[in-house]
Amino acid sequence: MSSGIVTGSYIIAAVMFIFSLGGLSHPKTARRGNFYGIVGMVIAIAVTISLMAQQQQLLGESANLKLLAPVMLVGALIGLTVAYRVQMTEMPELVAVLHSFVGMAAVLIGFATYLGGSDEYVGVAKVIHEVEIYIGVLIGAVTFSGSVIAFGKLKGMISGKPLLLPARHWINLGLGIAGVYLGVEFVSTTDGMYSLLIMTVIALVFGVHMVMAIGGADMPVVVSMLNSYSGWAAAATGFMLSNDLLIVTGALVGSSGAILSYIMCRAMNRNFISVIAGGFGTGSSSVGSATYEGEVNEILSNETADILREAGRVIIVPGYGMAVAQAQNTVSEISNILNDAKKDVRFAIHPVAGRMPGHMNVLLAEARVSYDVVFEMDEINGEFTDTDVVLVIGANDIVNPSALSEPESPIAGMPVLEVWNASTVVVLKRGMASGYAGVDNPLFFNENTRMLFGDAKQSLDSILNELSR
Amino acid sequence: MKIGIPSEVHGNERRVAITPDIVEQLIELGFEIVVESGAGEKASFSDISYASAGAKISEDTRSVWEDADIILKVRAPERHPGLGLHEAELFGKGQTLICFIWPAQNEGLIKMLSETGGSVLAMDCIPRISRAQKMDALSSMANIAGYRAIIEAAGQFGRFFTGQITAAGKVPPAKVLVIGAGVAGLAAIGSAKSLGAIVRAFDTRPEVKEQVESMNAEFLLLEFEEDGSGSGGYAKTMSPEFIRAEMELFAEQAKEVDIIVTTALIPGKPAPKLITVDMVKSMKAGSIIVDLAAEQGGNCELTSPDEIVVKEEVTIIGYTDLPSRLPAQASQLYGTNLKHLLSEMCANNDGRISLDMEDDAIRGATVVHAGEVTWPAPPIATAAPTPKKAVEVSSEPTPVAKEGGGFVGMLGFGFVGVGLLLLARVAPPDFMSHLTVFVLACFVGYQVVWNVTPALHTPLMSVTNAISGIIVIGAILQIPSGNSLVALLASIAVLIATINIAGGFYVTQRMLRMFQKGKS
Repeated sequence: MSSGIVTGSYIIAAVMFIFSLGGLSHPKTARRGNFYGIVGMVIAIAVTISLMAQQQQLLGESANLKLLAPVMLVGALIGLTVAYRVQMTEMPELVAVLHSFVGMAAVLIGFATYLGGSDEYVGVAKVIHEVEIYIGVLIGAVTFSGSVIAFGKLKGMISGKPLLLPARHWINLGLGIAGVYLGVEFVSTTDGMYSLLIMTVIALVFGVHMVMAIGGADMPVVVSMLNSYSGWAAAATGFMLSNDLLIVTGALVGSSGAILSYIMCRAMNRNFISVIAGGFGTGSSSVGSATYEGEVNEILSNETADILREAGRVIIVPGYGMAVAQAQNTVSEISNILNDAKKDVRFAIHPVAGRMPGHMNVLLAEARVSYDVVFEMDEINGEFTDTDVVLVIGANDIVNPSALSEPESPIAGMPVLEVWNASTVVVLKRGMASGYAGVDNPLFFNENTRMLFGDAKQSLDSILNELSR
Repeated sequence: MKIGIPSEVHGNERRVAITPDIVEQLIELGFEIVVESGAGEKASFSDISYASAGAKISEDTRSVWEDADIILKVRAPERHPGLGLHEAELFGKGQTLICFIWPAQNEGLIKMLSETGGSVLAMDCIPRISRAQKMDALSSMANIAGYRAIIEAAGQFGRFFTGQITAAGKVPPAKVLVIGAGVAGLAAIGSAKSLGAIVRAFDTRPEVKEQVESMNAEFLLLEFEEDGSGSGGYAKTMSPEFIRAEMELFAEQAKEVDIIVTTALIPGKPAPKLITVDMVKSMKAGSIIVDLAAEQGGNCELTSPDEIVVKEEVTIIGYTDLPSRLPAQASQLYGTNLKHLLSEMCANNDGRISLDMEDDAIRGATVVHAGEVTWPAPPIATAAPTPKKAVEVSSEPTPVAKEGGGFVGMLGFGFVGVGLLLLARVAPPDFMSHLTVFVLACFVGYQVVWNVTPALHTPLMSVTNAISGIIVIGAILQIPSGNSLVALLASIAVLIATINIAGGFYVTQRMLRMFQKGKS
């Protein structure tokens, strides 16, 4: 197999990957896109393996390649099983785990490359090669440990509250300086293994520390950021192995994650640096915002059903609370009943609703809500004025009017769904607790707001019963 | 406790204090209900319907009054024509009366009631705080009056409200001017609008502009800086200059519109005269004026209370009993207001009430407390409803993250360029070609990913998970190494990268299959 064929196949694979991302521009083309991705992957792996087999034939038989088939088979089986079993509400956790795998693989390949020796490189090329290894391992390790912590936080095994060590910025700075020092050490000595190992430990600690300091509401940013890191890790591996396909794919994934992080930050009107610096959602953040007094108007599920029956235009705003209560199917059934009654029912999704970008869309899709009635914030924000009833299900900060009206509020400037413009807003909520941002929500005290307290699933079930009678 | 519902005795009063629906709800709160026979008849609620809701029916007016602990009425007590005595004489110590009282206009009645030793709550004195809205009978009655005003006008008006183009020719839409956009005004705007008229509205309080416009009516603005908001959401008297400008506006509008609905009232004062004789003269023949302020003397100089009069070829409707002309609806809303008030006073749902004079709403409504006159109530200090303001503001968010300034951006770009040139001087060409690929791929990724619909961001993440599993080929290339440690590390890498590939693609496929258009 000539190197031309290998390069050509890699180009095809890279183009396939670009198509697979491009297909996601619309739900109609998305599945075909995914298929392109699979084809690209199969081509790349097949060509690589046959290249290896050919080289081995030239060099003589090696047992190692025979290991490949069972290892890949086991990996594929594990992957398929996990992907088959996973609940849609657990998607953020799955994604976090998969990020950690990419990070881990980058670390392992980095070490393997270093151990395998770099005799063919001399002079500047050797320095560059070692820097590539160093950076690849560094990014891989940060991605790995950060993703593991993110997984723990998403799973609830680790508290969602940000862990704020007293001198955390200094700790990070110290870790950074140590990283640079070890890097210089690693490149300048012949046996850099120790430097590489110590740096790996430092990078792991850094990843843990970074994600521990980030609060629950910033999870969408963290998940997107780690997505980006996993891409950069793959790209760095590509550099160290001089493999353009890895570089291209890594760059695609890296920029994808970076864009998602940017979108998420913009949706919270937060600076990326300040998200990474952590500390959002602490008790102190409610300082400076007005606390609201007034009576909330409570409502029962049967009254909510009456309101819905009389409404013509309804918008449903799902939040993370819907995912937690696993209420998406009930929501879908309610919207079906209302649709059958010739009512206009739509869904409004805030970019940071849920724990990862697009999380709510997937849950609604799983519950068989047609995607053409699910709208993004920018598409639907002007429509609340003409809406009779808005159902807010387990969301808080994303419908908080103080983001627009109070410059001192910690969430000031964050774009929010302007639900209060509707005639009636029904908020389904467990209690009067504030959201992740720790900010009181004046929406709950509005005259046109009705609070339906209780578990979202139970409340929705009884609304559904009432409606289907 | 026993609640008595006597029949209303005022002339044409058709309302009744509570409806059978409310009877049920009050029984749930633990009360016992006695309804005077025929009390709901004019509002289309028969004795049978009350009885089947659980109320006792009594023929004897006297016992309805005297045996009850709580009397619920609509109108203030007055001389009972059947019994030949004043209703207040039927009321006594230990009893509680809840109805409209209008204490400012009825000081004699207050004195009379206080001498009985009972307690009296005036539904018209419920303070206008957001917490007490559910008990605000004035608003519910004003809502009905506004609706009925338009219906009365439509009954008198000789044309359609809505514009039409028919085979028999074109019909212009009626033009309606609503003066005062309070509860009644807004209800009138809504009703006129839904009949198809062109509606304009005027109010001295600029903050109602948004509400008017939200109903697709036109808000008439005066080129004049003065805020007419008084306390408690009511209007106050304006300066003479303002009134002159306002009158000019009305004079101009009078020539143009077909129907004028006036609802201008200032608490405790006679209604301001807004429509002069000259304005009425300037109106088109067949026009209508509905004066909702007729009871307080009227906003129009020619209004004659309780009557429909035709003057200067304009029909002027001066009915003061508009809510009573929609008796079933009015009784239902009034009864609901009463129920909310009772459930506020009956904290334990045990059918007993207590007058908590610390409670702003109850304090405000109580005009006589166990024989002692407690009217007027002290002003409420903390009545300012803070949450309201949040609704009004919806400016563009001020982005914290600024776009990179042009100069800084150029400078940064320059540094990157210089850095690349320096790197290119030392780095091997091989590295530079990889870098080229990398930079170009970043830009391709940037372009492609911005096109991804936000709805598919989760599948985007899982598919990028899968394709970043391409790192597996890096691991495959390492496996044949002679070094067994390297081979081991590489094998582990192959394993987890394969998990990524298979899991990522499969879960993406699973998700994408769910995205469906239309119902399944």
